Amino acid sequence: MTRDILELTAAQAADAVRAGDLDAGELFETYRRRAQQDDLGAFTWVAEKAPDAVTGPLSGVPLAVKDLFCTAGVPSQAGSRILEGYRPPYTATVVQRLAEAGAPLLGKTNQDEFAMGSSNENSAYGPVRNPWDTSRVPGGSSGGSAAAVAAGLAPWAIGTDTGGSIRQPAALCGIVGLKPTYGACSRYGMIAFASSLDQAGPLTRDVTDAALLLRHMVGHDPRDSTSLEFPGQVTLPSREDLRGVRLGVPEELVGLDGGVEPGVRRNFDETLALAERLGASVEPCRLPHAPHALSAYYLIAPAEASANLARFDGVRYGLRVESSSDLEAMYSRTRAAGFGPEVKRRIMLGTYALSSGYYDAYYGTAQKVRTKITEDFAQAFERFDFVVTPTSPWTAFELGAKLDDPLAMYLNDFCTVPMPLAGIPAISIPSGLSEGLPVGFQLAGPAFSESRLLEAAYALERAIGFDSSPARERRRPA
Amino acid sequence: MLEREQVHHVARLARLELTEEEVERMAGELSKVLDHIEKIRELDLDGVEPTSHVVDVVNVLRADVPCPSLPREVALAAAPEPVAGGFGVPSPGAPPTE
Repeated sequence: MTRDILELTAAQAADAVRAGDLDAGELFETYRRRAQQDDLGAFTWVAEKAPDAVTGPLSGVPLAVKDLFCTAGVPSQAGSRILEGYRPPYTATVVQRLAEAGAPLLGKTNQDEFAMGSSNENSAYGPVRNPWDTSRVPGGSSGGSAAAVAAGLAPWAIGTDTGGSIRQPAALCGIVGLKPTYGACSRYGMIAFASSLDQAGPLTRDVTDAALLLRHMVGHDPRDSTSLEFPGQVTLPSREDLRGVRLGVPEELVGLDGGVEPGVRRNFDETLALAERLGASVEPCRLPHAPHALSAYYLIAPAEASANLARFDGVRYGLRVESSSDLEAMYSRTRAAGFGPEVKRRIMLGTYALSSGYYDAYYGTAQKVRTKITEDFAQAFERFDFVVTPTSPWTAFELGAKLDDPLAMYLNDFCTVPMPLAGIPAISIPSGLSEGLPVGFQLAGPAFSESRLLEAAYALERAIGFDSSPARERRRPA
Repeated sequence: MLEREQVHHVARLARLELTEEEVERMAGELSKVLDHIEKIRELDLDGVEPTSHVVDVVNVLRADVPCPSLPREVALAAAPEPVAGGFGVPSPGAPPTE
């Protein structure tokens, strides 16, 4: 039965439970055992037993949750030493909503520390490995969630995306990842990285699962005053063609001179040809400021992080280094011992960008670039339904390959940072392999166009026919 | 190029104790990232309004109605040094130990 259960997508598993063909307890236990045997480093905590009777439309299909989300009484460490052993007194709204809809907590997944990274090598709890090739990274920062879903250690998962942290690992692991419109999902209980960019979203085996999970995540939450009522319900996609859909290809983001690998570009072009065969029109479009998105992002995100991470000071929770009777020394030593190198780097970058004399030149300029990027997208969406790019310029790279070069690592996010700066939704779907490794295809649409995005992604997904089974087969116990 | 002195200053602002080796490395790494970022200063952005957040809502206030907060003992449960129903810290007025 294990084998049959693993063949089911999350939506199919929910249907099977509802039809009485599958026992929710057996489903949970199957995945719980697999998560416990995880040898990819994807999980940091696994539930000890199945919950008592689960009700709700998601029928008890268990959920893996990135460790950035607070879960009451369950370790929530955000990949950081400074939160080692921390068990929050409350649960993040999206996790709560999904539990109430019938998706109980299976486990917490590993991530780059405080969601800062594109390879999942910045976790205090060890790296995560890519199930397609365990010598390679799964991407980041939601690397644990992506690897767990790809390897069939979890039916589905949630993560967070600030500059690409859902879409990029989804691409590198051959699964679907969606970053919703800013404000679509509550950020309450999501440990803050960059508050004006952070969004929760699904990481799933296919587009239908993403739609189903997102449906139960969205909506206004009085506890997050930047959250908004989602217009209507997220619809489950059924479209099989792309007739009349206008796709814009921003030359600024897809060029080989921008660092896109030839194999990724080749796959991207093939996917565009496929979209045309499905009836879509494909034309170049301009996002003149997109090449500057990365710079704006690496000022805005660290600046906000430097303020958000001020709360980790050894006073209310987490690590304290008792080395001094002096308050300021206690702060500085606690933070020195608790944060890893990348987090320190970003705190320093952000503090510098906000410091007296540099604020206008850096942070202020970045905020103006953000306005221009938002305008670029608005203009593109006057002529196009969606803007499409490769999700990541590269396929999964070897562990350690970019660890000593922060700038090279940041360039990973080249195609994914413009969207959060504009607050718009984007989805990554697996579009094939390049030298045996998954490639992601990204579609971005206007604010709150999630249902349309999912429809288009679904039509493409069906036509592509990506086979995700090798990543699960490899991990199947004999 | 970021000078070591600037790195020290920023680290102090960020309440982050760095080793000399970290200061050295940070100066090099941050300079490289800043060199890349500098390019946005060449853009003509005169008269462009800055974007601080993308959601079109302003000053969202909740109703001024009292509601239950976390019980004190729950809020203190993860504190490294709970003292008399509050968070204990080294005295800010204490003389430095070094």
